[in-house]
Amino acid sequence: MADNIILKLDHLKQYFPAGKGKDGKPLFVKAVDDVSLEVKQGEIIGLVGESGSGKSTIAYSVIGMYEPSGGEIIFDGQSVRKKGRPMKIKKDMQIVFQDPGSALNPQQNIGEILELPLKVHKMCKNKAERVERVKELLRMVELPEHYMYKSPASIGGGEKQMVAIARALATDPKFIILDEPTSALDVSIQAKIINMLLKLQKEKNLTYLFITHDLSLMRNIADRVAILYLGKVAEIAPAETFFRRPEHPYTQMLISSIPVVSEEEEALKPAKIESRGEIPSPVNIPPGCSFHLRCPYVQDICKQDDPVMVERGENHQARCHYCGVGLGTPNNNEEETK
Amino acid sequence: MSNEKTPILEIKNLKLWFKVYKGYSKVLDGVNITVHQGEKVGIVGEAGCGKTTTVKSILGILPEGQYVIPEGEILYKGEDTLKMNSRQLGKVRSGEISMIYQEPSAALNPVFTIGQQMMEVAKNSDQGKGKTKAERREMVLNAIRDVFIPDPERIFDYYPVQLSGGMKQRICIAMAIMTQRDLMIADEPGTALDVTIQDQVHKTLDRLVEERDMALIMITHSLGVARELTDSINVMYAGTVVEAAPTAELFRKQLHPYTIGLMEAVPRLAGGGIQAGIYGSIPDYLYPPKGCRFAPRCPRATEQCLENKPELVDVGNGHKVACFNIEEV
Amino acid sequence: MAVSARKREKELKKALAYEAHRPEERSIGSFKEMRKENLKRAWYRFSHNKLSVIGLIIVVIVVLAAIFAGKITPYPEHAGAFTDFANSTKAPCGQYLLGTDNMGRDILTRIVFSFRGALKMAILVLVISVPVGTFLGLLAGFMNRTWVDTVIMRISDIFLSVPALLLALAVASILKPNLTNSMLAITIMWWPWYTRIVYGVATSCKNEYYVVSAQLLGASKAHIIFKEILPNCLSPILTKMSLDVGWVILMGATLSYVGMGEQPPIPSLGQMVSDGARYMPDQWWMTIFPCLAIIIIIMGFNFMGDGIGDMLSKGDSKYE
Repeated sequence: MADNIILKLDHLKQYFPAGKGKDGKPLFVKAVDDVSLEVKQGEIIGLVGESGSGKSTIAYSVIGMYEPSGGEIIFDGQSVRKKGRPMKIKKDMQIVFQDPGSALNPQQNIGEILELPLKVHKMCKNKAERVERVKELLRMVELPEHYMYKSPASIGGGEKQMVAIARALATDPKFIILDEPTSALDVSIQAKIINMLLKLQKEKNLTYLFITHDLSLMRNIADRVAILYLGKVAEIAPAETFFRRPEHPYTQMLISSIPVVSEEEEALKPAKIESRGEIPSPVNIPPGCSFHLRCPYVQDICKQDDPVMVERGENHQARCHYCGVGLGTPNNNEEETK
Repeated sequence: MSNEKTPILEIKNLKLWFKVYKGYSKVLDGVNITVHQGEKVGIVGEAGCGKTTTVKSILGILPEGQYVIPEGEILYKGEDTLKMNSRQLGKVRSGEISMIYQEPSAALNPVFTIGQQMMEVAKNSDQGKGKTKAERREMVLNAIRDVFIPDPERIFDYYPVQLSGGMKQRICIAMAIMTQRDLMIADEPGTALDVTIQDQVHKTLDRLVEERDMALIMITHSLGVARELTDSINVMYAGTVVEAAPTAELFRKQLHPYTIGLMEAVPRLAGGGIQAGIYGSIPDYLYPPKGCRFAPRCPRATEQCLENKPELVDVGNGHKVACFNIEEV
Repeated sequence: MAVSARKREKELKKALAYEAHRPEERSIGSFKEMRKENLKRAWYRFSHNKLSVIGLIIVVIVVLAAIFAGKITPYPEHAGAFTDFANSTKAPCGQYLLGTDNMGRDILTRIVFSFRGALKMAILVLVISVPVGTFLGLLAGFMNRTWVDTVIMRISDIFLSVPALLLALAVASILKPNLTNSMLAITIMWWPWYTRIVYGVATSCKNEYYVVSAQLLGASKAHIIFKEILPNCLSPILTKMSLDVGWVILMGATLSYVGMGEQPPIPSLGQMVSDGARYMPDQWWMTIFPCLAIIIIIMGFNFMGDGIGDMLSKGDSKYE
């Protein structure tokens, strides 16, 4: 199963109409713009980015909430779209959303919530079997059985997220998309949930597409990490290399912005680069390299030509004109151009 | 160290109960925090531990009639804000202490321009009172310039929706520093922002507080943020300060089992996996544990911990901890 | 703003006294106990506002009075075509608590009996318009941004743009003027309000992750509409219903005021007001008491509606 590719994004594009421009031409939010990615069976791949980077949009396109504007999503060797998605794929691919408060229907109890996937996919013969399975699912996420009688409003945020994970596991999926599953939770609860997710991944040989804005978290769980900026992949590499040797200036800026808790981590930060500028609106992406407005190494070519992905080592790619050539000296003092 | 300086704010044994269904929720259970002139103090803790309630009680902005304060005092420059009448409190709010909130879009009124809102603040402040409109406008523009927003004239006429989250938070900071204040309370100012933008906002805040020699209370759930921005840290758990120390000292050695657990749960940039986190969840404030509030989750709890509440004691180096079993830790 | 020191002191004393004798914590062991607990909590939220409780009491009294009108009124026979000219237009006194009308009938008795018609009208209007409105709202909300949505919502807009009272008058004057026909007219006008409310909830619900999850799982449309979305619409529907009872009664009173409602000799509040108006101001009791009855009923249902709203709101439960 070593190199079994379970999910392949082939030049995926996801545009949303955003009214008309001054010249009367229709405008688009290019939420995802030409992203290609391969996910191997049994790996945890991390998508990292800030707001507007398109990381959640990718997840939603893959799970079938949007019809892609271009490109293809290939799951298990089969091209999938929003319409006419086979039940088999709806069973094999699951998603856990960011906001546990909204993910569970407040008017149902936990038992009913967990029963739904079992009913829809006819996983159990009768009611008694379903109740057994619900209890088993609760045990799997380390919640007591009597939680099946509780309503979502009466349990904590972390527990809600565990129920959401149990629901995703109910159909015995192969592939789970985790859309910032812990970003709304406290670190001690995050630790518990992440550990549980990692344990389940090993036990069931699951594949995770893990979306987060937290690089330190990603460092500890992902096999490979892709950084997104304004709908495009800026850099992709194995987690280890990623933090040792970040190539793209944006990645460096991200890493240097993270507040850390020890000297050891401080040493890992590329100290020279300082965060500045605003994330441009995805309706109005600057020409050339989309990062050039904030890049301290910016050169003339960056303002005109959009760079392409270059190989920077084994499994390591970055999308920058100067990654191979050397970035030169950063210009941290330059006044913001706005 | 800042110890020679006079304390500007002292919260002494503050207890606060909220009126709820079936009784009183004992949210704060003896909070002790001291802030000195020009000092940057962090309050770190997880959701629901009473950080925000503590600072809101300083300014008296909790929902009136829904809480009681059975014990404690909040001395601001020697005067108890809990005993102040609304005029005196108003004076503290408009001239002494300023506050920045977590959600910048909620702190700005969407139907007025940035300029209108800031002029209003300027008008009601002590410095702005005798000034002409043009002078006040200059004050506002300077404040906007101070938070690193280029082109303040243009921003002056913007509505909040025209600004990004980071910009809005900068405007909130500008409002807070526009007039000379002695204490700034920042309630998770970067939490709603992206990491690169958060970094910029934090740096701006830090620089301004330093320049103006203001004291800062920084509320955050992130130990990393506290480490970068504060001189000393109070770790709160379930309505009590469990550990307080100068920042460097706290990161050198954590003594309270809760702080240790919290520190371990933070994912490290250096890798090494994720620790187990802390077993259990925060207690029900309606029926809080009798002794130490952390005891039910503590790996080192003894009979004593279940019966008695530990006091915050100094163990040297300005390091205070509220735990009976620190030697064994 | 800041409460006076004395009030704060009082609050604190109350809190300390309460905490000194606080009942022990009971753990919830079964499903049944949990339901009981939820009911208690709901009552706590409802009764938080004293007006809601007053509203509830008024409603209960009105409903009981209507049911047992024959037993509790002093002169049940006065509810019909009864005349006693010897006692006509008597001012309130010990024998006739609220006085008598021009035919010598006891006003109190007639008011209590008129509750029957008023409630019957409210119930019938809501029994028809609520399910219809709800179903259409759900459908339009679920099929958001399709032609189904457009058709249903535009039709409901058309109905909303016609003044309800005018249509009711028109219907009642074309057909025979009686309670059934006015009810019919009001019902026709009433469903779009529910369609609007449910539509609003359903469209926002549709974007909630729990609905999205169910859709992605492949759950049927019927399941999503009735099991996922509908339960979330119930609380606004219930709140609106209890407010509407008051409105429908008012509308009924208006119709019978102009003679398009319940026909004499069956008593109705609106008609009593209109009949009595001719004897104002000397025989003021003939008009004022039915008026007060209308006001009290409507207030009662409105207060209760607010309470139901408080009770069902998921709002800030942290401090509740």
